[in-house]
Amino acid sequence: MFLDVTLELLKGFGTTLQIFALTLLFALPLGLIISFGSMSRFRPVRWLVRTFVWIIRGTPLMLQLIIIFYGPGLLSNWAAAVENPNVFTQWLAGIGVMDRFLAVMIAFVINYAAYFSEIYRGGIEGIPRGQYEAGQVLGMTKTQIFFKVVLMQVIKRIIPPMSNEIITLVKDTSLARIISVYEVIWTAQNYIKLDGIIWPLFYTGAYYLLFCGILTLLFGYIEKKLDYYRS
Amino acid sequence: MALLEVNNIHKQFGKTEVLKGISFALEKGEVLAIIGSSGSGKTTLLRCLNFLETADRGSIVLNGETLFDGENTRRDSEDIIRKKRLHFGLVFQSFNLFPQYNVLQNVTLAVKLLHKVSRKNKEMLAKIEADAKALIDRVGLSDKLKAYPCELSGGQQQRVAIARALALHPDILCFDEPTSALDPELTGEVLKVIKGLKSSDSTMIVVTHEMNFAKNVADKVIFMADGRVEETGTPDEVFGNPKSEKTIAFLQKSLEQI
Ligand SMILES: Nc1ncnc2c1ncn2[C@@H]1O[C@H](COP(=O)(O)OP(=O)(O)OP(=O)(O)O)[C@@H](O)[C@H]1O
Ligand SMILES: [Mg+2]
Repeated sequence: MFLDVTLELLKGFGTTLQIFALTLLFALPLGLIISFGSMSRFRPVRWLVRTFVWIIRGTPLMLQLIIIFYGPGLLSNWAAAVENPNVFTQWLAGIGVMDRFLAVMIAFVINYAAYFSEIYRGGIEGIPRGQYEAGQVLGMTKTQIFFKVVLMQVIKRIIPPMSNEIITLVKDTSLARIISVYEVIWTAQNYIKLDGIIWPLFYTGAYYLLFCGILTLLFGYIEKKLDYYRS
Repeated sequence: MALLEVNNIHKQFGKTEVLKGISFALEKGEVLAIIGSSGSGKTTLLRCLNFLETADRGSIVLNGETLFDGENTRRDSEDIIRKKRLHFGLVFQSFNLFPQYNVLQNVTLAVKLLHKVSRKNKEMLAKIEADAKALIDRVGLSDKLKAYPCELSGGQQQRVAIARALALHPDILCFDEPTSALDPELTGEVLKVIKGLKSSDSTMIVVTHEMNFAKNVADKVIFMADGRVEETGTPDEVFGNPKSEKTIAFLQKSLEQI
Protein backbone atom coordinates (compact mmCIF):
# COMPACT_ATOMS: atom_id res chain seq x y z
CA MET A 1 0.00 0.00 0.00
CA PHE A 2 2.68 2.48 1.01
CA LEU A 3 4.66 1.75 -2.12
CA ASP A 4 1.55 2.09 -4.28
CA VAL A 5 0.72 5.45 -2.75
CA THR A 6 4.31 6.60 -3.12
CA LEU A 7 4.33 5.76 -6.82
CA GLU A 8 0.89 7.19 -7.45
CA LEU A 9 1.78 10.42 -5.70
CA LEU A 10 5.02 10.53 -7.67
CA LYS A 11 2.93 10.56 -10.84
CA GLY A 12 0.90 13.46 -9.44
CA PHE A 13 4.09 15.19 -8.46
CA GLY A 14 5.25 14.79 -12.05
CA THR A 15 2.45 17.13 -13.10
CA THR A 16 3.42 19.47 -10.28
CA LEU A 17 6.98 19.54 -11.59
CA GLN A 18 5.74 20.07 -15.10
CA ILE A 19 3.75 23.14 -14.04
CA PHE A 20 6.78 24.35 -12.11
CA ALA A 21 9.27 23.90 -14.92
CA LEU A 22 7.09 25.28 -17.70
CA THR A 23 6.17 28.30 -15.59
CA LEU A 24 9.84 29.08 -15.04
CA LEU A 25 10.68 28.48 -18.67
CA PHE A 26 8.20 31.07 -19.89
CA ALA A 27 7.88 33.44 -16.95
CA LEU A 28 11.61 34.14 -16.54
CA PRO A 29 12.07 35.70 -19.99
CA LEU A 30 8.58 37.22 -20.08
CA GLY A 31 9.30 38.87 -16.73
CA LEU A 32 12.41 40.49 -18.19
CA ILE A 33 10.40 41.93 -21.05
CA ILE A 34 7.76 43.22 -18.62
CA SER A 35 10.47 44.79 -16.46
CA PHE A 36 11.82 46.69 -19.47
CA GLY A 37 8.26 47.91 -20.07
CA SER A 38 7.90 49.07 -16.50
CA MET A 39 11.16 51.02 -16.82
CA SER A 40 10.32 52.42 -20.24
CA ARG A 41 11.07 56.08 -20.83
CA PHE A 42 7.83 56.27 -22.78
CA ARG A 43 5.29 57.19 -20.13
CA PRO A 44 2.10 55.50 -21.45
CA VAL A 45 3.93 52.18 -21.81
CA ARG A 46 5.38 52.46 -18.32
CA TRP A 47 2.00 53.38 -16.88
CA LEU A 48 0.19 50.59 -18.68
CA VAL A 49 2.72 47.93 -17.71
CA ARG A 50 2.84 49.03 -14.09
CA THR A 51 -0.96 48.98 -13.85
CA PHE A 52 -0.96 45.48 -15.27
CA VAL A 53 1.65 44.36 -12.75
CA TRP A 54 -0.29 46.00 -9.96
CA ILE A 55 -3.48 44.13 -10.92
CA ILE A 56 -1.71 40.79 -11.20
CA ARG A 57 0.12 41.21 -7.93
CA GLY A 58 -2.88 42.69 -6.18
CA THR A 59 -5.27 39.80 -6.80
CA PRO A 60 -5.01 36.16 -5.72
CA LEU A 61 -3.51 33.70 -8.15
CA MET A 62 -6.47 31.43 -7.39
CA LEU A 63 -8.87 34.04 -8.70
CA GLN A 64 -6.79 34.58 -11.83
CA LEU A 65 -6.78 30.85 -12.41
CA ILE A 66 -10.58 30.68 -12.15
CA ILE A 67 -11.07 33.64 -14.47
CA ILE A 68 -8.73 32.27 -17.10
CA PHE A 69 -10.29 28.83 -16.94
CA TYR A 70 -13.98 29.78 -16.83
CA GLY A 71 -13.81 33.15 -18.62
CA PRO A 72 -13.42 31.87 -22.19
CA GLY A 73 -16.17 29.28 -21.70
CA LEU A 74 -18.60 31.90 -20.47
CA LEU A 75 -17.76 34.22 -23.35
CA SER A 76 -18.12 31.36 -25.75
CA ASN A 77 -21.57 30.49 -24.39
CA TRP A 78 -22.65 34.08 -24.67
CA ALA A 79 -21.38 34.32 -28.24
CA ALA A 80 -23.19 31.16 -29.25
CA ALA A 81 -26.46 32.67 -28.03
CA VAL A 82 -26.08 35.99 -29.87
CA GLU A 83 -29.00 36.62 -32.24
CA ASN A 84 -27.13 38.02 -35.22
CA PRO A 85 -23.86 36.09 -35.31
CA ASN A 86 -20.90 37.60 -37.16
CA VAL A 87 -17.43 36.30 -37.86
CA PHE A 88 -16.17 37.38 -34.48
CA THR A 89 -18.94 35.85 -32.36
CA GLN A 90 -18.76 32.67 -34.40
CA TRP A 91 -15.08 32.47 -33.68
CA LEU A 92 -15.72 33.11 -29.98
CA ALA A 93 -18.43 30.46 -29.87
CA GLY A 94 -15.98 28.03 -31.38
CA ILE A 95 -13.54 28.34 -28.50
CA GLY A 96 -15.65 26.30 -26.16
CA VAL A 97 -14.19 25.17 -22.85
CA MET A 98 -10.61 26.01 -22.09
CA ASP A 99 -8.09 23.21 -21.68
CA ARG A 100 -7.38 22.85 -17.95
CA PHE A 101 -3.65 22.50 -18.19
CA LEU A 102 -3.39 25.37 -20.65
CA ALA A 103 -5.41 27.57 -18.29
CA VAL A 104 -3.05 26.73 -15.45
CA MET A 105 -0.01 27.53 -17.57
CA ILE A 106 -1.39 30.86 -18.75
CA ALA A 107 -2.35 31.94 -15.25
CA PHE A 108 0.93 30.85 -13.68
CA VAL A 109 3.14 32.31 -16.39
CA ILE A 110 1.40 35.69 -16.29
CA ASN A 111 1.35 35.79 -12.51
CA TYR A 112 4.94 34.79 -12.03
CA ALA A 113 6.20 36.95 -14.88
CA ALA A 114 4.67 39.93 -13.05
CA TYR A 115 6.48 39.02 -9.83
CA PHE A 116 9.74 38.30 -11.62
CA SER A 117 9.53 41.61 -13.47
CA GLU A 118 9.52 43.46 -10.17
CA ILE A 119 12.55 41.51 -9.01
CA TYR A 120 14.41 42.29 -12.25
CA ARG A 121 13.43 45.93 -11.98
CA GLY A 122 14.69 46.14 -8.42
CA GLY A 123 17.93 44.47 -9.48
CA ILE A 124 18.52 46.70 -12.47
CA GLU A 125 17.51 49.95 -10.78
CA GLY A 126 19.70 49.07 -7.82
CA ILE A 127 22.87 49.29 -9.90
CA PRO A 128 24.47 52.66 -9.13
CA ARG A 129 24.56 55.12 -12.02
CA GLY A 130 28.30 55.40 -11.49
CA GLN A 131 28.75 51.91 -12.89
CA TYR A 132 27.19 52.89 -16.21
CA GLU A 133 29.10 56.17 -16.28
CA ALA A 134 32.40 54.46 -15.52
CA GLY A 135 31.74 52.17 -18.48
CA GLN A 136 30.83 55.11 -20.70
CA VAL A 137 33.94 57.13 -19.89
CA LEU A 138 36.00 54.07 -20.66
CA GLY A 139 34.56 54.05 -24.15
CA MET A 140 32.32 51.02 -23.81
CA THR A 141 29.17 50.64 -25.87
CA LYS A 142 25.78 50.31 -24.20
CA THR A 143 25.71 46.61 -24.99
CA GLN A 144 29.16 46.09 -23.55
CA ILE A 145 28.19 47.95 -20.40
CA PHE A 146 25.08 45.82 -19.99
CA PHE A 147 26.78 42.48 -20.54
CA LYS A 148 30.24 43.09 -19.12
CA VAL A 149 29.54 45.46 -16.25
CA VAL A 150 25.91 45.40 -15.14
CA LEU A 151 24.57 41.91 -15.80
CA MET A 152 26.68 40.02 -13.27
CA GLN A 153 25.82 42.55 -10.60
CA VAL A 154 22.12 42.29 -11.39
CA ILE A 155 22.26 38.50 -11.19
CA LYS A 156 23.97 38.63 -7.83
CA ARG A 157 21.34 41.04 -6.55
CA ILE A 158 18.32 39.09 -7.75
CA ILE A 159 19.37 35.59 -6.70
CA PRO A 160 18.05 35.87 -3.10
CA PRO A 161 14.59 37.30 -3.98
CA MET A 162 14.39 34.98 -6.99
CA SER A 163 15.04 31.90 -4.88
CA ASN A 164 12.28 32.96 -2.50
CA GLU A 165 9.84 33.44 -5.34
CA ILE A 166 10.77 30.18 -7.02
CA ILE A 167 10.29 28.22 -3.82
CA THR A 168 6.89 29.87 -3.41
CA LEU A 169 6.08 28.70 -6.93
CA VAL A 170 6.72 25.07 -5.94
CA LYS A 171 3.95 25.33 -3.36
CA ASP A 172 1.66 27.52 -5.47
CA THR A 173 1.42 24.74 -8.05
CA SER A 174 -1.08 23.09 -5.66
CA LEU A 175 -3.58 25.79 -6.67
CA ALA A 176 -3.98 23.99 -9.98
CA ARG A 177 -6.07 21.51 -8.04
CA ILE A 178 -9.04 23.90 -7.88
CA ILE A 179 -9.67 23.49 -11.59
CA SER A 180 -9.04 19.76 -11.30
CA VAL A 181 -5.60 19.48 -12.80
CA TYR A 182 -4.27 16.21 -11.50
CA GLU A 183 -1.25 17.36 -9.58
CA VAL A 184 -0.03 15.77 -6.38
CA ILE A 185 -2.60 17.20 -3.93
CA TRP A 186 -5.43 16.19 -6.22
CA THR A 187 -4.03 12.68 -6.43
CA ALA A 188 -3.84 12.46 -2.66
CA GLN A 189 -7.37 13.75 -2.23
CA ASN A 190 -8.55 10.98 -4.48
CA TYR A 191 -7.48 8.53 -1.77
CA ILE A 192 -9.85 10.22 0.65
CA LYS A 193 -12.69 10.00 -1.81
CA LEU A 194 -12.09 6.46 -3.04
CA ASP A 195 -10.37 4.63 -0.17
CA GLY A 196 -11.26 6.79 2.82
CA ILE A 197 -7.64 7.23 3.86
CA ILE A 198 -6.18 10.64 4.63
CA TRP A 199 -2.51 9.97 5.26
CA PRO A 200 -1.50 10.21 1.56
CA LEU A 201 -2.53 13.85 1.70
CA PHE A 202 -0.16 14.45 4.60
CA TYR A 203 2.45 12.43 2.80
CA THR A 204 2.50 14.91 -0.14
CA GLY A 205 4.22 17.33 2.23
CA ALA A 206 7.32 15.14 2.01
CA TYR A 207 7.49 15.63 -1.76
CA TYR A 208 7.29 19.41 -1.47
CA LEU A 209 9.81 19.44 1.35
CA LEU A 210 12.27 17.31 -0.53
CA PHE A 211 12.02 19.33 -3.72
CA CYS A 212 12.23 22.70 -1.94
CA GLY A 213 15.20 21.34 -0.03
CA ILE A 214 17.01 20.54 -3.26
CA LEU A 215 16.22 24.01 -4.62
CA THR A 216 17.44 25.65 -1.43
CA LEU A 217 20.74 23.79 -1.70
CA LEU A 218 21.05 24.75 -5.35
CA PHE A 219 20.47 28.45 -4.69
CA GLY A 220 22.76 28.34 -1.70
CA TYR A 221 25.45 26.96 -3.98
CA ILE A 222 24.93 29.69 -6.59
CA GLU A 223 24.94 32.40 -3.94
CA LYS A 224 28.17 31.06 -2.58
CA LYS A 225 29.69 31.00 -6.05
CA LEU A 226 28.89 34.70 -6.41
CA ASP A 227 30.11 35.49 -2.94
CA TYR A 228 33.67 36.15 -4.03
CA TYR A 229 32.96 39.88 -4.15
CA ARG A 230 30.81 42.48 -2.49
CA SER A 231 29.49 45.54 -4.29
CA MET B 1 48.45 76.14 -30.17
CA ALA B 2 46.96 74.89 -26.90
CA LEU B 3 46.12 71.19 -26.51
CA LEU B 4 42.64 71.94 -25.24
CA GLU B 5 40.54 75.00 -25.91
CA VAL B 6 37.23 75.36 -24.14
CA ASN B 7 35.14 78.26 -25.33
CA ASN B 8 32.09 79.77 -23.76
CA ILE B 9 30.52 76.55 -22.52
CA HIS B 10 26.92 76.89 -21.33
CA LYS B 11 24.82 74.25 -19.68
CA GLN B 12 21.46 74.38 -18.03
CA PHE B 13 19.32 71.77 -16.34
CA GLY B 14 15.70 72.71 -16.79
CA LYS B 15 15.57 76.33 -15.70
CA THR B 16 18.78 76.40 -13.67
CA GLU B 17 21.78 77.63 -15.60
CA VAL B 18 24.72 75.75 -14.14
CA LEU B 19 27.50 76.80 -16.53
CA LYS B 20 27.30 80.38 -17.75
CA GLY B 21 30.08 80.58 -20.29
CA ILE B 22 33.25 78.78 -19.29
CA SER B 23 36.41 79.35 -21.31
CA PHE B 24 39.97 78.25 -20.74
CA ALA B 25 42.92 76.75 -22.52
CA LEU B 26 45.34 74.07 -21.49
CA GLU B 27 48.80 73.27 -22.85
CA LYS B 28 50.16 69.76 -23.23
CA GLY B 29 51.67 68.49 -19.98
CA GLU B 30 49.98 71.13 -17.87
CA VAL B 31 48.04 70.46 -14.70
CA LEU B 32 44.96 72.58 -14.19
CA ALA B 33 43.34 72.74 -10.77
CA ILE B 34 39.72 73.82 -10.58
CA ILE B 35 38.54 75.08 -7.21
CA GLY B 36 35.27 76.60 -6.13
CA SER B 37 32.48 76.21 -3.66
CA SER B 38 29.87 73.48 -3.77
CA GLY B 39 27.36 73.87 -6.58
CA SER B 40 29.54 76.18 -8.68
CA GLY B 41 29.42 73.72 -11.59
CA LYS B 42 32.82 72.01 -11.43
CA THR B 43 31.45 68.49 -11.81
CA THR B 44 29.13 69.58 -14.59
CA LEU B 45 32.08 71.06 -16.49
CA LEU B 46 34.05 67.81 -16.28
CA ARG B 47 30.97 65.86 -17.33
CA CYS B 48 30.58 68.08 -20.39
CA LEU B 49 34.23 67.46 -21.33
CA ASN B 50 33.65 63.72 -21.02
CA PHE B 51 30.37 63.87 -22.91
CA LEU B 52 28.39 62.47 -20.01
CA GLU B 53 26.41 65.68 -20.46
CA THR B 54 26.01 67.60 -23.68
CA ALA B 55 26.73 71.29 -23.35
CA ASP B 56 24.10 73.68 -24.71
CA ARG B 57 26.47 76.20 -26.26
CA GLY B 58 30.15 76.81 -26.80
CA SER B 59 32.91 74.68 -28.22
CA ILE B 60 35.54 72.18 -27.19
CA VAL B 61 38.61 71.93 -29.40
CA LEU B 62 41.31 69.35 -28.79
CA ASN B 63 44.53 69.33 -30.76
CA GLY B 64 42.82 71.39 -33.46
CA GLU B 65 39.95 68.94 -33.76
CA THR B 66 36.54 70.34 -32.84
CA LEU B 67 34.99 67.76 -30.52
CA PHE B 68 31.98 69.83 -29.68
CA ASP B 69 30.41 72.83 -31.33
CA GLY B 70 27.16 74.21 -29.97
CA GLU B 71 26.45 75.87 -33.33
CA ASN B 72 26.22 72.48 -34.93
CA THR B 73 22.70 71.29 -34.23
CA ARG B 74 23.21 67.80 -35.55
CA ARG B 75 23.49 65.31 -32.69
CA ASP B 76 26.44 62.96 -32.91
CA SER B 77 25.74 59.27 -33.01
CA GLU B 78 26.46 57.10 -30.01
CA ASP B 79 29.50 55.71 -31.81
CA ILE B 80 31.05 59.08 -32.59
CA ILE B 81 30.53 60.30 -29.04
CA ARG B 82 32.22 57.17 -27.78
CA LYS B 83 35.28 57.88 -29.92
CA LYS B 84 35.43 61.50 -28.75
CA ARG B 85 35.20 60.41 -25.15
CA LEU B 86 38.40 58.46 -25.50
CA HIS B 87 40.37 61.71 -25.67
CA PHE B 88 39.43 62.25 -22.05
CA GLY B 89 39.64 60.08 -18.98
CA LEU B 90 37.62 60.66 -15.83
CA VAL B 91 38.35 59.59 -12.29
CA PHE B 92 35.26 59.79 -10.12
CA GLN B 93 34.92 60.91 -6.54
CA SER B 94 33.37 57.54 -5.69
CA PHE B 95 35.88 55.41 -7.70
CA ASN B 96 33.16 53.35 -9.43
CA LEU B 97 35.35 50.30 -9.84
CA PHE B 98 33.63 47.20 -11.19
CA PRO B 99 33.11 45.10 -8.07
CA GLN B 100 32.98 41.72 -9.78
CA TYR B 101 36.43 42.11 -11.37
CA ASN B 102 39.80 42.05 -9.69
CA VAL B 103 42.32 44.87 -9.98
CA LEU B 104 43.97 43.59 -13.15
CA GLN B 105 40.61 42.87 -14.81
CA ASN B 106 39.31 46.33 -13.89
CA VAL B 107 42.28 47.90 -15.65
CA THR B 108 42.25 45.66 -18.73
CA LEU B 109 38.49 45.26 -19.37
CA ALA B 110 37.88 48.42 -21.38
CA VAL B 111 41.10 48.04 -23.40
CA LYS B 112 40.20 44.50 -24.40
CA LEU B 113 36.70 45.57 -25.39
CA LEU B 114 37.94 48.59 -27.30
CA HIS B 115 40.31 46.54 -29.43
CA LYS B 116 37.85 43.63 -29.60
CA VAL B 117 40.59 41.25 -28.54
CA SER B 118 39.52 37.65 -28.78
CA ARG B 119 40.58 35.09 -26.24
CA LYS B 120 42.72 33.38 -28.84
CA ASN B 121 44.85 36.41 -29.50
CA LYS B 122 47.37 35.51 -26.79
CA GLU B 123 50.00 37.92 -28.01
CA MET B 124 47.72 40.94 -27.83
CA LEU B 125 46.32 39.88 -24.48
CA ALA B 126 49.79 39.53 -23.05
CA LYS B 127 50.66 42.99 -24.28
CA ILE B 128 47.55 44.51 -22.73
CA GLU B 129 48.23 42.77 -19.44
CA ALA B 130 51.84 43.87 -19.39
CA ASP B 131 50.75 47.42 -20.02
CA ALA B 132 48.14 47.19 -17.26
CA LYS B 133 50.63 45.72 -14.81
CA ALA B 134 53.03 48.56 -15.50
CA LEU B 135 50.27 51.06 -14.74
CA ILE B 136 49.25 49.23 -11.59
CA ASP B 137 52.87 49.26 -10.53
CA ARG B 138 52.96 52.99 -11.15
CA VAL B 139 50.09 53.53 -8.69
CA GLY B 140 51.91 51.28 -6.23
CA LEU B 141 49.59 48.27 -6.20
CA SER B 142 51.64 45.51 -7.77
CA ASP B 143 50.92 43.27 -4.82
CA LYS B 144 47.14 43.63 -5.28
CA LEU B 145 46.71 42.44 -8.88
CA LYS B 146 44.27 39.70 -7.94
CA ALA B 147 42.44 41.58 -5.18
CA TYR B 148 38.79 42.58 -5.57
CA PRO B 149 37.74 46.19 -4.97
CA CYS B 150 35.91 45.24 -1.77
CA GLU B 151 39.21 44.03 -0.36
CA LEU B 152 40.93 47.39 -0.88
CA SER B 153 40.94 50.62 1.11
CA GLY B 154 39.38 53.71 -0.44
CA GLY B 155 42.78 55.10 -1.29
CA GLN B 156 43.81 51.89 -3.00
CA GLN B 157 40.53 51.74 -4.91
CA GLN B 158 41.05 55.27 -6.17
CA ARG B 159 44.56 54.39 -7.31
CA VAL B 160 43.15 51.44 -9.26
CA ALA B 161 40.61 53.79 -10.80
CA ILE B 162 43.48 56.04 -11.90
CA ALA B 163 45.31 53.10 -13.48
CA ARG B 164 42.09 52.04 -15.19
CA ALA B 165 41.65 55.49 -16.71
CA LEU B 166 45.29 55.63 -17.81
CA ALA B 167 45.03 52.25 -19.53
CA LEU B 168 43.19 53.89 -22.44
CA HIS B 169 45.90 56.54 -22.75
CA PRO B 170 43.63 59.57 -22.78
CA ASP B 171 45.03 62.90 -23.94
CA ILE B 172 43.66 64.58 -20.86
CA LEU B 173 42.88 62.94 -17.54
CA CYS B 174 40.18 64.58 -15.43
CA PHE B 175 39.73 64.06 -11.71
CA ASP B 176 36.53 65.01 -9.89
CA GLU B 177 37.46 65.54 -6.26
CA PRO B 178 39.48 62.33 -6.22
CA THR B 179 40.11 62.46 -2.50
CA SER B 180 36.80 63.79 -1.15
CA ALA B 181 35.42 60.36 -0.34
CA LEU B 182 38.57 59.32 1.48
CA ASP B 183 39.63 59.39 5.11
CA PRO B 184 42.19 62.17 5.64
CA GLU B 185 45.03 59.74 6.18
CA LEU B 186 44.41 58.19 2.76
CA THR B 187 44.29 61.37 0.67
CA GLY B 188 48.08 61.65 0.68
CA GLU B 189 48.72 58.42 -1.20
CA VAL B 190 46.29 59.37 -3.97
CA LEU B 191 47.61 62.91 -4.32
CA LYS B 192 51.13 61.52 -4.48
CA VAL B 193 50.15 59.32 -7.41
CA ILE B 194 48.60 62.26 -9.23
CA LYS B 195 51.71 64.30 -8.56
CA GLY B 196 53.76 61.42 -9.95
CA LEU B 197 51.77 61.53 -13.19
CA LYS B 198 52.65 65.16 -13.62
CA SER B 199 56.33 64.32 -13.83
CA SER B 200 55.54 61.90 -16.64
CA ASP B 201 54.05 64.72 -18.67
CA SER B 202 50.37 63.83 -18.39
CA THR B 203 47.90 66.61 -19.03
CA MET B 204 45.42 66.78 -16.20
CA ILE B 205 42.40 68.69 -14.95
CA VAL B 206 41.86 68.23 -11.24
CA VAL B 207 38.77 69.47 -9.44
CA THR B 208 39.80 69.61 -5.82
CA HIS B 209 39.17 70.99 -2.38
CA GLU B 210 42.78 70.34 -1.41
CA MET B 211 44.19 73.85 -1.58
CA ASN B 212 47.72 72.76 -0.82
CA PHE B 213 47.63 70.33 -3.70
CA ALA B 214 46.37 73.03 -6.06
CA LYS B 215 49.03 75.42 -4.80
CA ASN B 216 51.94 73.02 -5.07
CA VAL B 217 51.16 70.79 -8.02
CA ALA B 218 49.05 72.79 -10.48
CA ASP B 219 50.47 74.95 -13.24
CA LYS B 220 47.23 76.82 -13.56
CA VAL B 221 44.31 77.42 -11.23
CA ILE B 222 40.73 78.27 -12.07
CA PHE B 223 38.40 79.50 -9.37
CA MET B 224 34.80 78.89 -10.35
CA ALA B 225 31.86 80.67 -8.78
CA ASP B 226 28.25 80.43 -9.81
CA GLY B 227 28.91 78.82 -13.19
CA ARG B 228 31.61 81.28 -14.25
CA VAL B 229 35.39 81.41 -14.22
CA GLU B 230 35.74 84.02 -11.52
CA GLU B 231 39.51 84.06 -11.47
CA THR B 232 42.31 82.27 -13.26
CA GLY B 233 46.09 82.31 -13.22
CA THR B 234 49.14 80.58 -11.84
CA PRO B 235 48.85 79.27 -8.28
CA ASP B 236 50.97 82.16 -7.11
CA GLU B 237 48.61 84.65 -8.69
CA VAL B 238 45.37 83.06 -7.51
CA PHE B 239 46.48 82.12 -4.01
CA GLY B 240 49.06 84.83 -3.39
CA ASN B 241 47.36 87.78 -4.96
CA PRO B 242 43.67 87.13 -5.60
CA LYS B 243 41.84 89.95 -7.34
CA SER B 244 38.18 89.03 -7.04
CA GLU B 245 36.21 89.56 -3.85
CA LYS B 246 34.66 86.11 -4.24
CA THR B 247 38.05 84.43 -4.54
CA ILE B 248 39.29 86.19 -1.42
CA ALA B 249 36.20 85.15 0.53
CA PHE B 250 36.47 81.56 -0.68
CA LEU B 251 40.16 81.25 0.14
CA GLN B 252 39.55 82.82 3.52
CA LYS B 253 36.86 80.28 4.25
CA SER B 254 38.88 77.27 3.13
CA LEU B 255 41.73 78.46 5.34
CA GLU B 256 39.42 78.66 8.33
CA GLN B 257 38.28 75.08 7.78
CA ILE B 258 41.83 73.87 8.31
N1 LIG C 1 21.51 66.30 -13.75
C1 LIG C 1 21.19 67.44 -13.08
N2 LIG C 1 19.93 67.90 -13.08
C2 LIG C 1 19.60 69.04 -12.44
N3 LIG C 1 20.46 69.81 -11.78
C3 LIG C 1 21.75 69.43 -11.74
C4 LIG C 1 22.18 68.23 -12.39
N4 LIG C 1 23.51 68.09 -12.19
C5 LIG C 1 23.88 69.15 -11.45
N5 LIG C 1 22.84 69.96 -11.17
C6 LIG C 1 22.89 71.21 -10.42
O1 LIG C 1 23.92 71.97 -10.95
C7 LIG C 1 24.59 72.71 -9.93
C8 LIG C 1 26.07 72.48 -10.04
O2 LIG C 1 26.36 71.14 -9.78
P1 LIG C 1 27.83 70.55 -9.83
O3 LIG C 1 27.71 69.16 -9.35
O4 LIG C 1 28.41 70.78 -11.16
O5 LIG C 1 28.60 71.43 -8.75
P2 LIG C 1 30.02 71.20 -8.12
O6 LIG C 1 30.76 72.47 -8.31
O7 LIG C 1 30.63 69.98 -8.65
O8 LIG C 1 29.70 71.03 -6.58
P3 LIG C 1 30.40 70.09 -5.48
O9 LIG C 1 31.62 70.85 -5.01
O10 LIG C 1 29.37 69.98 -4.41
O11 LIG C 1 30.71 68.81 -6.13
C9 LIG C 1 24.00 72.24 -8.62
O12 LIG C 1 23.12 73.25 -8.17
C10 LIG C 1 23.26 70.99 -8.96
O13 LIG C 1 22.11 70.89 -8.17
MG1 LIG D 1 31.14 68.08 -7.81
